[in-house]
Amino acid sequence: MLHLVNKSPYDGSNLNTATSIMKSGDTLLLIEDGVYGAVKAGKAASLLEGHTVSVLGPDLAARGITKDKLADGINVVDYAGFVDMVEANDKVQSWL
Amino acid sequence: MKFTIQVNEGPYQHQSADTAYHFAKAALDKGHEIFRIFFYHDGVNNGTRLTTPPQDDRNIVNRWSELAREHDIDMVLCVAAAQRRGIVDDGEAERNGKDATNIAPGFRISGLGQLIEGGIESDRTIVFGD
Amino acid sequence: MSKTKKMMYINRKAPYGTIYAWESLEVVLIGAAFEQDVSLAFMDDGVYQLTKGQDTSGIGMKNFSPTYAALGDFEVNKIYVDKESLEERGLTLDDLQHLVWEDEDEDWAEKDSIHLVSRAELSDVLADQDVLFNF
Repeated sequence: MLHLVNKSPYDGSNLNTATSIMKSGDTLLLIEDGVYGAVKAGKAASLLEGHTVSVLGPDLAARGITKDKLADGINVVDYAGFVDMVEANDKVQSWL
Repeated sequence: MKFTIQVNEGPYQHQSADTAYHFAKAALDKGHEIFRIFFYHDGVNNGTRLTTPPQDDRNIVNRWSELAREHDIDMVLCVAAAQRRGIVDDGEAERNGKDATNIAPGFRISGLGQLIEGGIESDRTIVFGD
Repeated sequence: MSKTKKMMYINRKAPYGTIYAWESLEVVLIGAAFEQDVSLAFMDDGVYQLTKGQDTSGIGMKNFSPTYAALGDFEVNKIYVDKESLEERGLTLDDLQHLVWEDEDEDWAEKDSIHLVSRAELSDVLADQDVLFNF
């Protein structure tokens, strides 16, 4: 299953809920304001530990976050990569 | 692969209409099929041709219309949501006694069943919202 | 359309403050006609949708909470409520409407529609679905 989180973890519990539901084999993609959750120095980065996490590159760039600021092991994808992830997973859960 | 895309938010207020567009475009570029794009909640505001953004900004509504024209995509505005928010086509204007229409090219107004059908007929359903 | 899919509607927003809960319920009611394998999940603020005693007369909005009680008649009878979300909010099952359905195969015996589930159980239920709708 692919999980999408589009909100900042500092404004609501979506990332927390998503990671609590995720199973091994599931993937999390952070998009829009969700990308703030991928920043290594942020408190919320601890929620990502043990999960497979990607982040949407154009949303990172728009927010001035460079790749060196990301938590370890996070994969950066573009919209084409986003499409590939939807294809590779049997379904998509948007944590709106 | 066949996708149905649901858009829950209107243009400009939330990024979701932009993300949905970029996703749809990338999926088409990769050779996937988009079975339907279903606009729900404030998402129906993506389908008004009366939108006039500043010259230096993207025109979200026109962008959808062009995508629909180029790729023959079925873009549906939920009728109940559209009625609440004043998005009107010829049929709705006649049925509800409205003196104008505002639906943009490439969109049509139909029922929620179109969303369910999208979920049944597509390999993947993906929701963009807030 | 001969395919039957497992479709789940995931409700995570409170009623009235925004329209998501009501318009989501409208989809469930329409979707019931498609004879799919339908279930609903209520978690996070979505659990507030099911509380008893809602009275909207003072805010001039339609009280749609009685509609949940009708879901059983539409054969929508798999309703999963996240225990953790309830507890976080200081709620118990007693604070929620008692939703039931009648089992045709057991002489119309009345059964509970609501299943109180742990986060782990809810995770299993989600994993088992074909399509997830979010509003």
